[in-house]
Amino acid sequence: MAVNYLYPEYEIVRDTNKCIACRVCERQCANEAHWFDPEQDKMVCDNAKCVCCHRCVSLCPTKALKIVKSDHTFRENANWTAKNIKEVYRQAGSGGVLLSSMGNPEPYPVYWDKILLNASQVTNPSIDPLREPMETVTYLGKKPTKIERDKNGKIINNLAPQLKLSTPVMFSAMSYGSISYNAHESLARAAEELGIYYNTGEGGLHEDFYKYGANTIVQVASGRFGVSKDYLNAGAAIEIKIGQGAKPGIGGHLPGIKVSEDISKTRMIPLGTDAISPAPHHDIYSIEDLRQLVYSLKEASDYKKPVIVKIAAVHNVAAIASGIARSGADIIAIDGYRGGTGAAPTRIRDNVGIPIELALASVDSRLREEGIRDSVAVVVGGSIRSSADLVKAIALGADACYIATAACLAMGCHLCRSCQAGRCNWGIATQRPELVKRLNPDVGYKRLVNLVRAWDHEIKEIMGGMGINSIESLRGNRLMLRGIGLSEKELAILGIKHAGE
Amino acid sequence: MKREGEIRIPSGCAISGVISKSGKSINGREMITSISTMHDRSNGLGGGFAGYGIYPQYPDLYAFHVFYDSNKSREECERFLDRHFDIINLSKIPVRKSDKIIAEPLIWRYFVEPLKTKLKDSKLDEKEFVSKCVININSNIEGAYVFSCGKNMGIFKALGYPEDVGEYFRLDEYEGYAWTAHGRYPTNTPGWWGGAHPFGMLDYSIVHNGEISSYDSNRRNIEMYGYKCTLQTDTEVITYIIDFLLRKKGLSLEEAAKVIAAPFWSTIDHMDEEEAAQARYLRAAFSNLLITGPFSIILGFEGGLMALNDRLKLRSMVIGEKDDRVYMASEECAIRVIEPELDRIWSPNGGQPVIVTLDSCKDKIFIK
Repeated sequence: MAVNYLYPEYEIVRDTNKCIACRVCERQCANEAHWFDPEQDKMVCDNAKCVCCHRCVSLCPTKALKIVKSDHTFRENANWTAKNIKEVYRQAGSGGVLLSSMGNPEPYPVYWDKILLNASQVTNPSIDPLREPMETVTYLGKKPTKIERDKNGKIINNLAPQLKLSTPVMFSAMSYGSISYNAHESLARAAEELGIYYNTGEGGLHEDFYKYGANTIVQVASGRFGVSKDYLNAGAAIEIKIGQGAKPGIGGHLPGIKVSEDISKTRMIPLGTDAISPAPHHDIYSIEDLRQLVYSLKEASDYKKPVIVKIAAVHNVAAIASGIARSGADIIAIDGYRGGTGAAPTRIRDNVGIPIELALASVDSRLREEGIRDSVAVVVGGSIRSSADLVKAIALGADACYIATAACLAMGCHLCRSCQAGRCNWGIATQRPELVKRLNPDVGYKRLVNLVRAWDHEIKEIMGGMGINSIESLRGNRLMLRGIGLSEKELAILGIKHAGE
Repeated sequence: MKREGEIRIPSGCAISGVISKSGKSINGREMITSISTMHDRSNGLGGGFAGYGIYPQYPDLYAFHVFYDSNKSREECERFLDRHFDIINLSKIPVRKSDKIIAEPLIWRYFVEPLKTKLKDSKLDEKEFVSKCVININSNIEGAYVFSCGKNMGIFKALGYPEDVGEYFRLDEYEGYAWTAHGRYPTNTPGWWGGAHPFGMLDYSIVHNGEISSYDSNRRNIEMYGYKCTLQTDTEVITYIIDFLLRKKGLSLEEAAKVIAAPFWSTIDHMDEEEAAQARYLRAAFSNLLITGPFSIILGFEGGLMALNDRLKLRSMVIGEKDDRVYMASEECAIRVIEPELDRIWSPNGGQPVIVTLDSCKDKIFIK
């Protein structure tokens, strides 16, 4: 084998005093990093195959394993970092585009961590969620422009179709294909139990999951995989995916290795073929075309379901959102550059798009300046890591948040960022039956329910501290936010004051 | 030190109100007596009154009360008024000088009606025309501030304790069918008369005690609909919300109360079907106008008063009834001091509006 100049990033450390050579690690590692060597009569490993997913560490019965970052180093260079050098080696070896998974991991600023929240003292009371009602129910959709009454003066319900959420969280799009059957089942069941929604992503909807339709958002992306009239009418809302935070400007990527028989049937594509969605929708080359697709989908679903338009956060996001708000869409979803993915070109993931915090702030401000914020709901994702991020997003102006990476973590994902390989040891981002079955939907769904319930408790605690007892009074309430260590320009874009002001 | 409007200043307060349902005259002195009992709920940094039915000689004219920093501001404002209105009468508002009231601006009163040609050209209805003109003066003419602009009603306010403010404006010389009063306890010293309350818009006036936690959410929503929150006070944003819901959206007072102090979802679930459907609709349709945090308000309007608490009732408010009169106040003492023998005294629940109208307006559900 030719020398590839690549040295392992992680090292598997085995405490030989503890190891009983039970070979669990060997059986659990789909990357084949561990094996038993009869000659040495002990377990050995190949560090080069380790993706640092912790499957072996978690299942080792004697806790004999740990994974450490290798201290093997290139000669130090602030410009040519090890990452830069290794990527050049890989491309020189393969001639290909580098693929990565999950969200942008580079050390750009995380604005959530530079925003602080308010609490009441003296002049108004904080409210105790253990003793008083505290409301997080959220309706997503257009607000009516005028009040209509019948001849007796009773108000006529002229509300456009709405999504009702028990708490302002939804599971964002992850296609069946990028993630497994059991992962989809976990998400669907959790959404149902929580009174929220999960999103099919662009891979169609498995026939087994039509029964969760009342808590499902069905996605229509540029590849139109699995789209049919039944599909459009199966969910509670329809999402047009224009773009995704991890890879703005290009379409979805599903490596052929993950296109199993079930996937091929659900997506309506041949077995084992790469499913690369077109970069644009070929019926949307302009904003007026979007309006036509929005109304086509409304026609197809009898105007009974809200239509969501999802875009990636890019430089001109405010103007684009303004156009979408006037296109007939009921909800705009904006995905920040930290948003996850099952596979994206590394260069695009790491260099295209802008932070969701800035995108959200400028979209919300722009829609208000134009007086059209009430004609559309705003949902943001990419990436919301905790209830604190979520509260900050709502206070900046979002109606609700999309979470996916956090949902994957709840199901056991360890963010090894190797989804594109299809060998997910946790049974999430894989289609190999022996791996898929490792994710027990009974457990996976329960952990998702736990996560969202825990966040809901925390949201209520934080709101109560601010003296707010309903989530709608937090929405766009930027006085509840203060920046820390931010420049005048950043504060101006976020529309918040600095701490101490 | 920043002036009101340049900074947001929380404040505690006292409020009081009275109405005679049959429309009998109530002397302004009674309100002074009532609010003075709650002296300790104010700190001398703002007091004010609103009287309804006080200008029977000009019932159909808009009465503008204006503060001026200088004669230059006055001249500029009067030129603007001349261009947009017929000025039927103008004068200084008579005051009784006192060493308790300081930093006086010039205080003028104008009885006006919109110029017919201007009104027609504007393609606005009369009230919208008047409110646009007032917003225009207040935001664009430096040193001029219109603090009252309704018909047959007037707001009087100043820096000082409310009882001193009442004496200063000689309110014992006014008779009205309804009055409200306000004593203010701001948490710093803005030193500007315009920052005192009541806050008015056309014939609506609001006195408010509380500090709402939904302020910025409400402000940013209402500013989409042509309002500009220049004072950054709760009272200002609440007034605009009420004006928006009643005048622009055509909601009834009770419906508006269900928006700003919306019933909890858990309460709605126990309502009968029709009532629940309406409550759900109003919450979903106007979710950004829900007001949270403590407040008790008395809204004055042509023909009545409405008292309303936040839905958790985080501020005190009691209602007293005697013959044809209804009293509303932060504390019972403010009612007993002017009417010791009440037929009934009670505390409304959080979010429960108490709407009292003149008998002659009883069938009027919508107040526009």
